Amino acid sequence: MTSLTSLDPGRLAMHRKRKRVNVVALALSLGAMAFGVFWLIWILFETVHLGLGGLSWQVFTEMTPPPQAETGGLANAIYGSLMMVGLATLIGTPIGIMAGIYLAEYGQRTWLGRTTQFINDILLSAPSIVIGLFIYAVVVSRFKSFSGWAGVLALALIVIPVVIRTTENMLSLVPNALREAAYALGTPKWKVILSITLKAARAGVVTGVLLALARVSGETAPLLFTALSNQFWTSNLGEPMASLPVTIFKFAMSPYENWQQLAWAGVFLITLGVLALNILARVLFRNKH
Amino acid sequence: MDAKVDLSVTEKSKIAVRDLNFYYGSFHALKHINLNIPEKKVTAFIGPSGCGKSTLLRTFNRMFELYPEQRAEGEILVDGENVLDKRLDVSLIRAKVGMVFQKPTPFPMSIYDNIAFGVKLFENLSRVEMDERVEWALKKSALWNEVKDKLGQSGSGLSGGQQQRLCIARGIAIKPEVLLLDEPCSALDPISTGKVEELIHELKSDYTVVIVTHNMQQAARVSDYTAYMYLGDLIEFGPTRDLFMKPQKKDTEDYITGRFG
Repeated sequence: MTSLTSLDPGRLAMHRKRKRVNVVALALSLGAMAFGVFWLIWILFETVHLGLGGLSWQVFTEMTPPPQAETGGLANAIYGSLMMVGLATLIGTPIGIMAGIYLAEYGQRTWLGRTTQFINDILLSAPSIVIGLFIYAVVVSRFKSFSGWAGVLALALIVIPVVIRTTENMLSLVPNALREAAYALGTPKWKVILSITLKAARAGVVTGVLLALARVSGETAPLLFTALSNQFWTSNLGEPMASLPVTIFKFAMSPYENWQQLAWAGVFLITLGVLALNILARVLFRNKH
Repeated sequence: MDAKVDLSVTEKSKIAVRDLNFYYGSFHALKHINLNIPEKKVTAFIGPSGCGKSTLLRTFNRMFELYPEQRAEGEILVDGENVLDKRLDVSLIRAKVGMVFQKPTPFPMSIYDNIAFGVKLFENLSRVEMDERVEWALKKSALWNEVKDKLGQSGSGLSGGQQQRLCIARGIAIKPEVLLLDEPCSALDPISTGKVEELIHELKSDYTVVIVTHNMQQAARVSDYTAYMYLGDLIEFGPTRDLFMKPQKKDTEDYITGRFG
């Protein structure tokens, strides 16, 4: 530092001021980060703490019990959630990816492309309860029955805009030079998209699907008016179907201790599943970049 | 600038440009270009940034068509066929007129597949024939010795210079007749540049090579013919030696002697 004192005092003053500003900015951003992480860790801690207590082998093997029963589990709710979330992803992913391809590769400067983008943005930020009510009005009230299929449709409607958006974004990130290089070999457009751009954006697109999957596995509102719930085991998607989020909602609000404990176990399972999906998405994305 | 510039070329021409005009929207980027590019020679396009040399190159394989606001008028005859004619299939033109770009662009697949990709578009080869073709292209582009043990690895793991030679190998694997090089060395270090230049020298025994370069020394080293362009006009075209030693136009002389540009 001694050699620096030979500098012009004006410059030194500027330098000290810059350092002070830097310390203040660093402290503020660290504080903001600590605030966010504090709540997150608290939530995780409570979930694990209370969830692990309620967790037993019976949770996976027995049906949701009546109030104050001795035993009981979440088997029907776990199955229902896996079924509906899985089918919703299976339906929503191809539609979302293909629409994303259209927006990024074909419709960029067209009226139809821009309009679709705008509507997709609205759908992306629409409250999920609105989507639940929409399916209620269109499907449930028409067929006069709550059903697993209605739940699947509601969840798929949430998956689609997320996948469209990520697919479009990831394809737009692929440098144009790569497309030009493929065209320069005489490659037809469909093959450029399938073999080059989609392949280059693969990790990002898969990440988008996984994040959509994680999002819908915790959705309660769209299932309340569609799949409703079911106390018994059913694999028939034409009947009302239990799901983890709705069961948690019902059980956690109840005064019965055995229900409350199962609710916490369910919360723990969902959190664990979503965490696993997020980690998987990150690993996939890191391998690429 | 008037059209009578190609008088000095007497060899058989592979590409003949006839009164070519090019527009980016309403901007007139190439003005009445007339040019004969001789077969199995290296022709270089030089000139300051924005003079239209890359634009001209990108009309030869209709690359500009990817962008709806760009259009070309006039004729570009490759072996007498006008490639600007919409009735000609653009894929077949590009199979005949290959292109390598400024930045190396390996496809997201293995080194082997990078080369096989283009070949599969036009030919049905057996596994053995494909192996031979890949080896041939990699040898031709002086990359074989460096990658022969890792053909299954990703193309993006190679160094910049190797990637660029991979792109050249990919271009020649489909056996084009013309190879367009758009500033192929601008992203490379001097050693890689040397290798690519050597390669260009070898390639001209089989291919008609057209190269756009910012580097006048490079043009002087690799090309047989040079075209000097400025603001969308073709100012002067002739054998490289003549153009550099005794330019006919004052503008050309100013540019190559560094008084401008």
